[in-house]
Amino acid sequence: MEQAVFPKKPYSGRGGAKTPHFKNTCGRESISVPLPGMIVLPVQQHIGAPCVPCVKAGDRVLVGQVIADTTAFVSAPVHSSVSGTVKKIARIRMPNGSPCDAVFIEPDGLQELSPDIKPPEVNDRESLLKAVRASGCVGLGGAGFPTHVKLNVTPDKADTLIVNGAECEPYITCDHREILENSWNIMSGLYTLQELLGFRRVIIGVENNKPDAIELLESIAESETYDPHDRIKVLKLRTNYPQGAEKVLVRSCTGRTVPAGKLPLDAGCVVINITTLSFIADYLKTGVPLIKKRITVDGSAVGMRGNYIVPVGVPITNVLDFCKVKNAEKVLMGGPMMGVAVSDLSTPVLKQNNAILAFSGKDAEIPPETACINCGRCITSCPMRLQPVRIQRAAARKDVAELEKLGVMNCIECGCCTYNCPAKRYITQQMRVAKAILRESKQK
Amino acid sequence: MDKLNVSSSPHIRGGRSTQNIMLDVLIALLPCVIAGTVFFGFRALLVVAVTAASAVLAEYVSRIVMKREQTAQDLSALVSGVILGLILPADCPLIIAAFGSVVAIVVVKQMFGGIGQNFANPACTARIVLLISFSGVSQFSKTVYMADAVTSATPLAAGKGAYSLLDLFIGNTPGCVGETCAAAILLGFVYLLARKVVTPTVTLAYLGSAAVMALICGQDVPYQLLSGGLLFGAVFMATDYATSPVTFVGKLIFGIGCGIITILIRVYASLPEGVSYAILLMNIISPRLDDIYYARPLGAGKGAAK
Repeated sequence: MEQAVFPKKPYSGRGGAKTPHFKNTCGRESISVPLPGMIVLPVQQHIGAPCVPCVKAGDRVLVGQVIADTTAFVSAPVHSSVSGTVKKIARIRMPNGSPCDAVFIEPDGLQELSPDIKPPEVNDRESLLKAVRASGCVGLGGAGFPTHVKLNVTPDKADTLIVNGAECEPYITCDHREILENSWNIMSGLYTLQELLGFRRVIIGVENNKPDAIELLESIAESETYDPHDRIKVLKLRTNYPQGAEKVLVRSCTGRTVPAGKLPLDAGCVVINITTLSFIADYLKTGVPLIKKRITVDGSAVGMRGNYIVPVGVPITNVLDFCKVKNAEKVLMGGPMMGVAVSDLSTPVLKQNNAILAFSGKDAEIPPETACINCGRCITSCPMRLQPVRIQRAAARKDVAELEKLGVMNCIECGCCTYNCPAKRYITQQMRVAKAILRESKQK
Repeated sequence: MDKLNVSSSPHIRGGRSTQNIMLDVLIALLPCVIAGTVFFGFRALLVVAVTAASAVLAEYVSRIVMKREQTAQDLSALVSGVILGLILPADCPLIIAAFGSVVAIVVVKQMFGGIGQNFANPACTARIVLLISFSGVSQFSKTVYMADAVTSATPLAAGKGAYSLLDLFIGNTPGCVGETCAAAILLGFVYLLARKVVTPTVTLAYLGSAAVMALICGQDVPYQLLSGGLLFGAVFMATDYATSPVTFVGKLIFGIGCGIITILIRVYASLPEGVSYAILLMNIISPRLDDIYYARPLGAGKGAAK
């Protein structure tokens, strides 16, 4: 393979928001959260086809045992994060409002490991993809796209692997902690993917507000022993929200533009979150599937801020109690820019969760909407070069043709327009409405 | 903890608000107010104070009458009032000045739905109304530093050479309160740019096209740019959010149109000044200017991945 060419500095992007960082928890060692009285495991914790439960009420399950699976390609199996007894399988409401079957397991506290847990044998592309699927791995940056689908590429289609360590959302530091705490896994993951999938180069994109993480990653990428063929480089990115959004990141790291409505693969790139990469390496080493997740717990209502290792399926309320959260008036799953405000605290922590933020007082308030002053800040801040103010007006009069013309479907819902709006208008919300209007009109 | 607030993301907001943007505009207008007071005396300050106060009062009362939520606190009416005061002569009768504010706020702004909804610039339109309705009132006043014997025509009426460029730059020429001092206006412009309240597009397109147009019409370019209300209009009135386009291409055409019309009026029409008319005319077609260009989303059309 010929020598890989790397950019010296990131390519310039457009728009974005100067959000505060609030990385209060990046210096704190991760703490494990104790097991709750009940674990709730939804059968769909990914984008794609939901799984079907393969256990029934009364069954005893072990740690790491598959409890739901499907034969669909775009999907990922769900594993039990505890040993215990299946109490029931019931329908619950996910944070986004959609209903989903969930397996309720009462832990017995023994945490007995399933005999299925053993390191998989991986020596080529096919066996790697099979192992990644079996691990239940999904995109841990928040989207939850099944990783084995994303990695199903050949060298002629994708020459660049971009490792997303931007972590541009305020508050969240779980990827940062992953780099500091599990750098061996990250290094081994980098090589495995680069070699087995034949990427010509690997670019690790990290925002420049994490100097210690950058230093650590550079010690891997710049080392003669670890990176003899010089295939891996760390790229310091400008700290600017939404630097970690896939399409923005591809542009910053490679200068390529992902075609509208297409995937990074159409620009020859695969983007993988750094924690996902680290998890894959860990799975290949230990065989323990995706049953726990590091999440950042922060916000003005949290007494004990920090990063916590939480078994998948622990109800949010248990995590909040453990972190001494008092009088929370607003609880978010994910970051403050793109996270979902939960209405029910019994909702479990999912595989792709990276933060729980709890706010009280002023931070929990929803600012009143005032009249649009036509300032155009939403337009200049849109990283996708959309014109939110015009989209909003077209949506208000349900002008489908105009919405099509304005390209509303390209909206990545990053929230920059709303963040920058001086009139405090709920623009992102109306962009979602606009998308729904367009989708509906197409179904007719 | 049983009642949680739920809303669509994002859950944090930036520090910019309508109110603090308007405050920035007021700060940017301050050098003009000071320069006006220095050159035209205390009476100039009084005119600005009257238009400002009556604009806020008009906004306050009209919101109550219309039974809408109160918006006087967003400072936009105060901005319109101050701008109107700055484009009136210092000896303007106070009752007429106050009437101008009422026209600006009630007729031009609130009757069309209030902030952001008006299609015409309130101060600019009010000035035209006053100009037409009270033709007996002078359209400019002399500065306090000018001897009585000196000609009292405005730089535009007197024509090239009547005043030195230095006088035009520092503002020692007859005219309206805030329009004469180019230095103060530019200071305000720099502040607006630094605070990112405005982008330079409209102003530069306006001044640039006016310069080219003046050249074509055989006028003295720096003299045309520095005299009359052109600079003030280009910085503070043409850049008004509500009445100018939001897209870059729209702004560019808007500014160029303003510049061309201004010079055409100055050279060929029998009006003392063309800035207000130019801006008003472009205001009217402003919403359509945005439709000329649909920005391509990232990755659509040219520039997409190879």
